Amino acid sequence: MLSSRTSLLRSLPTASTSFRAGASASRSLATVSDPPVRHYGGLKDQDRIFTNLYCKHDHGLKGAQSRGDWHRTKDILAKGDSWIIQTIKDSGLRGRGGAGFPSGLKWSFMNKPGWEKDPRPRYLVVNADEGEPGTCKDREIMRGDPHKLVEGCLVAGRAMNATAAYIYIRGEFYQEASHVQQAIDEAYKAGLIGKNACNSGYDFDVYLHRGAGAYICGEETALIESIEGKQGKPRLKPPFPADVGLFGCPSTVANVETVAVAPTIARRGGAWFAGFGRERNSGTKVYCVSGHVNNPCVVEEEMSIPLQELIEKHCGGIRGGWQNLKGIIPGGCSVPVIPRDVCETVLMDYDSLKDANTSLGTGAVIVMDQTTDMISAIARFAKFYKHESCGQCTPCREGTTWMMNMMDRMVEGRAQEREIDMLLELTKQVEGHTICALGDAAAWPIQGLMRHFRPEVEARLAGFHAKNGQTLFGGRLLSEADTRYALPDNLGGDAARNVAQISAP
Amino acid sequence: MLRRIAATRNIARSVGGPSRRLLSTTQPRQADVTLTIDGKEVTVPQGTALIQACEQAGAAVPRFCYHDRLAIAGNCRMCLVEVERSPKPVASCAMPVMPGSKVFTNTPLVHKAREGVMEFLLANHPLDCPICDQGGECDLQDQSMRYGSDRTRFHEITGKRAVENKDLGPIVKTSMNRCIQCTRCVRFANDVAGVEDLGTTGRGNDLQIGMYIEKTMDSEMSGNIIDLCPVGALTSKPYAFQSRPWELKKTESVDVLDAVGSNIRIDSRGVQVMRVQPKINDEINEEWINDKSRYAYDGLKYQRLTTPLVREGNRFVPAGWEQAMETIRHGFLNSGARGDEIKAVAGGLADTEALVALKDLVNRLGSENLTLDQNLGDAAPANSVDIRSNYLFNTGIENIEDADAVLLVGTNPRHEAAIINTRFRKSYLHRGAEFAVIGEKFDSTFEYEHVGTSPKDVEAFLSGSSKGAFAKIFNEAKKPLIIVGSAVTETKDGAAVLKAVSKHVLANEGKFLTPEWNGFSVLQRAASRAAAYDIGFTPSSSATSTKPKFVYLLNADDVDPSSIPEDAFVVYQGHHGDVGAQYADVCLPAAAYTEKAATWINTEGRSQLGRTAVPPPGASREDWKIIRALSEVVGSPLPYDDTDTLRLRMHDISPSLVRYDAVEAPSPEVLKLGLSTLSSASTSAASSTPFKKPIQDFYRTDPISRASVTMAECSKAFTKKDWPLSNVDDVAQASYA
Repeated sequence: MLSSRTSLLRSLPTASTSFRAGASASRSLATVSDPPVRHYGGLKDQDRIFTNLYCKHDHGLKGAQSRGDWHRTKDILAKGDSWIIQTIKDSGLRGRGGAGFPSGLKWSFMNKPGWEKDPRPRYLVVNADEGEPGTCKDREIMRGDPHKLVEGCLVAGRAMNATAAYIYIRGEFYQEASHVQQAIDEAYKAGLIGKNACNSGYDFDVYLHRGAGAYICGEETALIESIEGKQGKPRLKPPFPADVGLFGCPSTVANVETVAVAPTIARRGGAWFAGFGRERNSGTKVYCVSGHVNNPCVVEEEMSIPLQELIEKHCGGIRGGWQNLKGIIPGGCSVPVIPRDVCETVLMDYDSLKDANTSLGTGAVIVMDQTTDMISAIARFAKFYKHESCGQCTPCREGTTWMMNMMDRMVEGRAQEREIDMLLELTKQVEGHTICALGDAAAWPIQGLMRHFRPEVEARLAGFHAKNGQTLFGGRLLSEADTRYALPDNLGGDAARNVAQISAP
Repeated sequence: MLRRIAATRNIARSVGGPSRRLLSTTQPRQADVTLTIDGKEVTVPQGTALIQACEQAGAAVPRFCYHDRLAIAGNCRMCLVEVERSPKPVASCAMPVMPGSKVFTNTPLVHKAREGVMEFLLANHPLDCPICDQGGECDLQDQSMRYGSDRTRFHEITGKRAVENKDLGPIVKTSMNRCIQCTRCVRFANDVAGVEDLGTTGRGNDLQIGMYIEKTMDSEMSGNIIDLCPVGALTSKPYAFQSRPWELKKTESVDVLDAVGSNIRIDSRGVQVMRVQPKINDEINEEWINDKSRYAYDGLKYQRLTTPLVREGNRFVPAGWEQAMETIRHGFLNSGARGDEIKAVAGGLADTEALVALKDLVNRLGSENLTLDQNLGDAAPANSVDIRSNYLFNTGIENIEDADAVLLVGTNPRHEAAIINTRFRKSYLHRGAEFAVIGEKFDSTFEYEHVGTSPKDVEAFLSGSSKGAFAKIFNEAKKPLIIVGSAVTETKDGAAVLKAVSKHVLANEGKFLTPEWNGFSVLQRAASRAAAYDIGFTPSSSATSTKPKFVYLLNADDVDPSSIPEDAFVVYQGHHGDVGAQYADVCLPAAAYTEKAATWINTEGRSQLGRTAVPPPGASREDWKIIRALSEVVGSPLPYDDTDTLRLRMHDISPSLVRYDAVEAPSPEVLKLGLSTLSSASTSAASSTPFKKPIQDFYRTDPISRASVTMAECSKAFTKKDWPLSNVDDVAQASYA
């Protein structure tokens, strides 16, 4: 999701580090043996955390308990906040909402020295406003395994000594909200949450709050505003939510998946979770694959699974075969697209995708085959961000609209070639200058498009020019210009004049 | 941040913890932070916004949304600066200073960021500077000179954004195409003016500022959003297309349309006042003035007395000064007035110099019949004015923000002192102050508990028999404040109310009267009252019962007609042909507050100097000079011939009158003596007659505002709620499109 994807902004290294370098080098004299090549992927059924992702079983309390939820939760709570946080730290869990911030570290911000003296209540806020196009993992979790989330609230809440959890669920998720509410009610009834939760002596409440479907409400501070009953507009940071958050109290906002995996990690140990995936990218992850694959699906897999394997194994491959692939957006619509050659080598984890100039985001893999008009696809994203910009700060408010207008023209080809660079410059003017990360999210898809598919854009423009003649900046045709007046020289009309002068000596 | 304020209030209520204040407002001194800005070390208090630290280091930071008296929004992104070890530029208005940080305001990164923001702001901003009233004082115009490109890249065929204009009433003209969504107006309306229904609707590029539904912005402070607007989206309707800022002569002066003494800047062109703007004075009006102060100036053009008038039968005939003075001399002698039969009535707009001169003259003629044009103004005032603290706003305007429980007795601060009301709103929002009212209910900008309506209820409440929530809060308050309205002292029950209040204050003097805090205040509503009490412009007890034969009305328009006998000879001196003039036998044209240099004492007892912005029209003269001339005519010349000697005379009466811009706090002994005078006065029992609001129509309280067309429109729109909402400029909008 949108949460703070700012960390990505710091550096998107241009050179792709070769994670396979060690494996592919050949040596004639075998004096040193290569470390065994570890292959990621192929998560076994016994290692799955979300065992009812497809809603084949009972999502109620009974079914959940039969799958191991709420098993000795009291013991976990009894081990105390620092034990839970240390376990999460050991597990290497990183936020599943998109930014990938280490969860243990984030939760520990709630327990600053002297927090006990603060009389304010403390909140865990669960971000279930899954609005990122392409993403559908949280809704599956909440539909099939709502008790994992409720139990996760309790465990994570205990870790940060929260008094209550607010689950902010997207308004469109009606069935999911019903299931989560049912789970909350059942848990209250069974004494698992509420006063003296699980007989641990710890009081913990869980509230469900339904949003109204604004994408920006997935940004953590906008989400807090929205729960408070105000317009969902991101707040300025600092102060960070851990200091002044929901209702002015210390709060932490975490993604559904992050919270829901916490009890299982606590039960099976941090080392077990850390055993999956590459270093610093450990654990399992729910991937949602959509688009031009034979079998779009939501699947829990090991981190660092090769993207190609994820698609071939679980989705039945690309429609029309791998060679028919055009590009993949690996983490929801706010991350840059990658072309086929990159898709062949990249691993689905934070660092590998970052090296490929994109991002894991929410793990929402959007697959596009050769039938896709890539320009049109990215233009649609630009429209989405224009629609969802909250309008609070200038670069995003004005920039998203401008970018959308330019992208719409590029779809048709009604633009000058120089405007491609101008568009890229606009994305740079938006990126990093806004209050929240929506500005960045709007800029990246366009940057990705131009990075990998610029020839296609140029061809589109050339085709339009060939048919309609020279285009001025802004999309007007030179032929439509009023010839009674001198053409302003900042309209890009001089290009044609030069051509005319050269061709007619 | 806007939203955070409301949240802050919630916390203050629910947790009872120390409520947070904004970075910009003054705070008890905290630890200092040293940081480097552009290689220059500066030390600022902790919690200062980075933008202020940059200012201190001499680095100008451009801004649109940031305003040091408003909450922080951080949304224009113009104030971006580079901070070492921060990957992206930082909005300096929203970032508190960090010790040891290195800040750069003049690097390529910063310039690029600001130029980018400027380009975005201009992308949807109409290029109509030549016909925009903000031209010449427009932040966007100024800053685009530095950060704007000389030519545009915005050529989209989709064109620029178009936004419908809003009808906010007769004061604020909107041109919403120009809006850059800085939300200064929204924050002002919510935090200062208390208009919570000005806000933003829509999102993204469709974000609009408005009242949510089609209605006017009902606030007596609405004019300030015009000043706040950094572009020409909100401009002044009365001033529309009148002049350009560089044509105006600016004169710093004092407002006299209420007793607050707001500092103003009078912008004039030639002999005409073009507009009135606030002047910053942190101790009084901060940066705001109310709409009456700002817009009643057009009343200075209408219904003026420009030449002396002498009554002949049923009509006034213009006359020369000599003839008018001669008529007065005859009238005076023929009336046979002697001693207390000579009566002077001072109105709310009389300046201190004129009051002193008139009192001197009347005293010289052997009369003590000096009265005011208010209810019971003929009698000695209820608050025994020998001691200054009995009739002044002792707490001080600046200090009322510290009050934690405020009891308002028979006063509506919103109408009687709108500026003071904004301070209440501030303490209500940021300090969680509690309020209660005894008297008529009013549409307030803060929540209050209505604990009674009559003088009897005051006694009951202060005796501790009230069971409401506020009674408990009031008893436990550390800095309680009782404000008695000036209208209360003008009723028969005034003495009884003051007795009850002063008794309570004296009984709890540990809380009400400490070296830092004075919790007893009387709120005056007319500019000249404090001065009149200061110089003792009050009748002796014998004068009260005397039937006058010669009446001199000095700016007295609210005078009770029954107090002017049919056969008395009446002189009216003032600047408007208002109510007072119609009783007169002779009218003498005087200068209005913009046309004379005069001393004004505000409700705190602060002496301030008003300055001449434009010359008085026609044959009118400064007030004290007229009285000085008259003194010759009636054969008792006053001993001062110029302002300096007159002010020496004022100094003799009370040095505080000429110690300008200073408030002199009385010593605790005098304070208590004054209160004990009040508490020991023999009074009749407090009645149960409800208090009445002295101001029914905020926009029409004095001759100037009554003559003002703008104020008449405001009265129609805001008091009578009879403003025909319209899409005011359908045609104009079509021509823009």
